[in-house]
Amino acid sequence: MDLQQAVERLHARYAHALDEGRLEDWPEFFAQNGRYRITTAENEDRGLPLPVLYAEGRPMLRDRIQSLRHANIYEPQRYRHIVSSVLVEQLDDGHARSVANFLVIRIMESGDTLLFASGRYVDRIVLSEEPQYEERVVICDSRRFDTLLAIPL
Amino acid sequence: MLQRTWPAEGLTRVPYWVYQDADIYQREQERIFRGPTWSYLCLEAELPEPQSFLTTFVGDMPVVVARDADGAIHAFENRCAHRGALIAMQARGKTDRFACIYHNWTYDHAGNLLNVAFRKGIAGKGGMPAEARPESQAPKKLRVESVHGLVFGTLSSEVASLKSYIGPEILPRIKRVMIKPVKVLGAYTQVLPNNWKLYMDNVKDTYHASLLHLFFTRFRINRLTQEGGVFVSKDGAHHCTFTEMIEDKGDAYEKGGMRSAGSDKFRLEAPELLEQADEFGDRVSIQILSLFPGFVLHQIRNSLAARQVVPKGIDRTELNWTLFGFADDDEAMTRRRLMQANLVGPAGYISMEDGAATGFVQRGVAGSPERASVIEMGGSGVGSGDSRITETAVRGLWQAWRRHMDL
Repeated sequence: MDLQQAVERLHARYAHALDEGRLEDWPEFFAQNGRYRITTAENEDRGLPLPVLYAEGRPMLRDRIQSLRHANIYEPQRYRHIVSSVLVEQLDDGHARSVANFLVIRIMESGDTLLFASGRYVDRIVLSEEPQYEERVVICDSRRFDTLLAIPL
Repeated sequence: MLQRTWPAEGLTRVPYWVYQDADIYQREQERIFRGPTWSYLCLEAELPEPQSFLTTFVGDMPVVVARDADGAIHAFENRCAHRGALIAMQARGKTDRFACIYHNWTYDHAGNLLNVAFRKGIAGKGGMPAEARPESQAPKKLRVESVHGLVFGTLSSEVASLKSYIGPEILPRIKRVMIKPVKVLGAYTQVLPNNWKLYMDNVKDTYHASLLHLFFTRFRINRLTQEGGVFVSKDGAHHCTFTEMIEDKGDAYEKGGMRSAGSDKFRLEAPELLEQADEFGDRVSIQILSLFPGFVLHQIRNSLAARQVVPKGIDRTELNWTLFGFADDDEAMTRRRLMQANLVGPAGYISMEDGAATGFVQRGVAGSPERASVIEMGGSGVGSGDSRITETAVRGLWQAWRRHMDL
């Protein structure tokens, strides 16, 4: 499998895990010390560091899911990720960089369906048998978030 | 005219039509947002240099906030005198003057009309008559005052100075947080599917915090068994609640069998996220402060933010979060603030539920405009106290609202 395919497969597995509600699998897509950050294009453009959500390392990623499962209250909802236009660049033997577009559609139990988020994934990936994210930065196009952001993007 | 009558019980009942009526919404715009209240506009730090500007809202009214060449801050309605188009369309920037894109009428940083394009026509043809007075429809100017780096504006010439408006109960609690020049860390907007007052009501509701936000209680961050209290301004309009940094070893929640009870099997794997530096030296871990009609200042551990509440119709509210630190923060403090950004905002461990809960009220009351909320925790009064199992600040909100609305 070539690099492009391997990276696209990682993105696809990640999207399916979230869309199927397998939230416990989410930290496993990251390296042990992997970082995950959601921000907005506006904050990025202004050079401002504020994340909407930030985790570094699998323990912190797992805490997010633990909290979603056992502490946070939110209406039942599902996501549908559409990931496209994946650009991949090999950095060295063990690492690649990827930029991809995403759309996340949010579906409530009532059937209400909303284009919840669009943007770019900017990733640094560790290459191995099963590639993992060393860093995944989710840059949302809009500064607005409807109601709440519970499930990771 | 409105035919609505407030329930006989007074402040312990809030009828649901307050969140539903289009005429109430219009009356709020006139009597509250364009009336004798101070609305939060921005942080002084968001206008970093002369000729900086940003655009915002006071209720439905679009507003430009700008620093002039001498550094003074002005605010004026973002509406051209000519045909009413927006004068400034960007969120923020720097400019030596404002030019309406529609017909290029120009304005200075105080909102004064500088120039009407082709006012005298060209070569003696066209243009406005000499007696025309387009200035008569000039954008409204706001009175602007700052307190500890927070900028507020009002259209009212009658309302007291900002400091008197805030009052002696709450002002020291603003000063407590805004101790030095701030540095903006970033911003975002949470869109709430409910009337603006449901959010303000939620912010002032000290009773809900540890019951709705389970993250707090599961990790014993804020439980009502901890030390804390609430301040309410004399007129009820503003409030401030705080919790001290004491690890709660009690088991009131567990004995009560509450949903938010702690559990030994549920522990954070990476609790460093919550580590607080006692930067204000008073062991307060959480302070939530609100000013009528739509401003919130929070300190949640080392997360600091200004929240601006902007009504966008009867059942939609935009909550603009601006998180900040101080200009002299070191790397460790900035890192702490960014880590603790996880606690707040739309994805916040302890704030994400607010949008959902207030939306549930908006939906829940759809068929019962004539019914009312029961707001009797802590009795029927409005005032400060050392218990947070009270709805005193919520009653304060409605006391102030009714006074403005004459209802």
